Amino acid sequence: MKHFLTLLSHELRMLLVSPSTYIAATAFLFFMGFIFTGILESYTKAPQEASPAIVFFSTFFLPVFFMVPLLTMRCLAEERRLGTIETLLTTPVTTTEVVLGKYSAAYILYVTLWGATAGFFYILKSFSNDPRLLDSGPLIGGYVFIAVSGLLFVAIGVFASSLSRNQAVAGILAFVMLAALIIGGRWLGEAAFLSRDVLAPAKAAVDYAQVFSHYDDFTRGVIDTRHLLFYFSGTALALIFSIFSVEAKLIHS
Amino acid sequence: MPDPLPPAIEVDHLVKSYAGMTAVADLSFTVARGEIIGFLGPNGAGKSTTMRILTGYLPANSGTVRICGHSVATEPDAVKRLIGYMPENNPLPEDMRVSEYLYFRGRLKEIPRRKLGPRIDEVLELCDLKRVRHKIIGQLSKGYRQRVGIAEAILAEPPVIIMDEPTIGLDPHQILIVRDLIAGLRGRMTVIISSHILPEIEMTCDRVLIINRGRVVAQGTPAALRREVLGRTAYGLTVAGNIAGLPALLQAVEPSFKITAAGEPDATGFVQLALATERDDEFGEPLLQALIAQNYRVRAISRAHPTLEDVFLAATRRTWDATQPNPPQLPPSGPIP
Repeated sequence: MKHFLTLLSHELRMLLVSPSTYIAATAFLFFMGFIFTGILESYTKAPQEASPAIVFFSTFFLPVFFMVPLLTMRCLAEERRLGTIETLLTTPVTTTEVVLGKYSAAYILYVTLWGATAGFFYILKSFSNDPRLLDSGPLIGGYVFIAVSGLLFVAIGVFASSLSRNQAVAGILAFVMLAALIIGGRWLGEAAFLSRDVLAPAKAAVDYAQVFSHYDDFTRGVIDTRHLLFYFSGTALALIFSIFSVEAKLIHS
Repeated sequence: MPDPLPPAIEVDHLVKSYAGMTAVADLSFTVARGEIIGFLGPNGAGKSTTMRILTGYLPANSGTVRICGHSVATEPDAVKRLIGYMPENNPLPEDMRVSEYLYFRGRLKEIPRRKLGPRIDEVLELCDLKRVRHKIIGQLSKGYRQRVGIAEAILAEPPVIIMDEPTIGLDPHQILIVRDLIAGLRGRMTVIISSHILPEIEMTCDRVLIINRGRVVAQGTPAALRREVLGRTAYGLTVAGNIAGLPALLQAVEPSFKITAAGEPDATGFVQLALATERDDEFGEPLLQALIAQNYRVRAISRAHPTLEDVFLAATRRTWDATQPNPPQLPPSGPIP
């Protein structure tokens, strides 16, 4: 792990000097701001049950579908397409260090972008002076959920990037995998055929992997270790597969 | 390290096949420390594959490779600290500045931060890159990019440098710079370069290794190779007369004389011939006298100076001929697991 910090600082530096990062950040904040304004408007029309933070974070999957593939599709696919992975892996670094460095950089950017949305709540607080609008529980729970689920989402993006040398293919793969996890899990959970007794274990597994129900728990302030375990183990698995994928491509190249 | 030092590169019965195609078939060679070796071969001969195996980037199917006594397969980390590698087509990140890139690579190669700054200056100076040190690599011309790749390979002063076609795409002036650069490493570092530009190899390298179809077809110093592959001395002759009687006449002049190539007679009956002999001394004059005595009409006679190009063509053709009778789907290779 000697070179992890070198690789991480290199990746972060490359992200910071690249215009596409700023374009993506601006687009993200614009989009999230648009959603936030919409939520506040609905509060001015009629009293609502949930706090704005709950509604705001419940739209997490929209930016995840677009931001995560955009942030991660480059990382390994581009190295392979340019061939720089060859010069990288012939220095004393290991594949694990390379994958972890790229993953960490993408994750840090992801969390930073989400962190910037805290500004919305700050503005709301300083202008509304209404403590009911700012319930700190869901707010903190929402950010913890974003940070923890982001681990898995970004790892899936990195894995998709390790599968192809074409950025576009990697991006679409990441999108499909994330959609399958978030929307597909929900759809399976509601599907009638799984309710049969024979399939009870499968049903239990699907219920365990419900991203939306994890989200509900987190915003209610319940930080369940089972959920944490789900995201941590999923992240580890996706990263191990990414490392294997990079190495397998070398052996069978 | 044990005394006597192990050779810089030891390749023993190396085999590598991709999806049923044998790229490297039973390749064995040794490179001494401080030697500059040229790696020649037609396209698809297995040059790049061999170099990639030497760096530990690709695993071999069988056989062993040792760099300074360390096995590439079992001690990849030790080997990676001993080599500087510039791959084929010299891949570089597009959006970094030259000095940034060298700094990053230096850190990865474990050069202490304190020494890295002066070393980067030194390498930039060596490769004549001072003027572009703050430029973005993606905007550099091919020649500069190539030199950035070379600078990167020699950055950590590794004992073994492996460069896959370092002079490709350079103009003659830049080739000269690269050649001087490589010659400057002589004695300090072991350099292995592959190239298609044969005069380049001839001028820089101590020894040449010609491979074809994954096996060594000739190796030695350029002069020794010339002798081995083409005979000691070669002559070009343009002559008219009794061509059928020519071999007997040549035998009379010098027993080892033989005709290595003969053209078709032209409109005036002159034939161009290439002759070779096993001896080093001059046979021009006795040959000319014998020809005139036999009423041959001689238009030209010259002592040929075969270039490495001729050696290369002859050596690779020789293996081509040797492998022709075999059915192409059965390469005569070593053990493939």
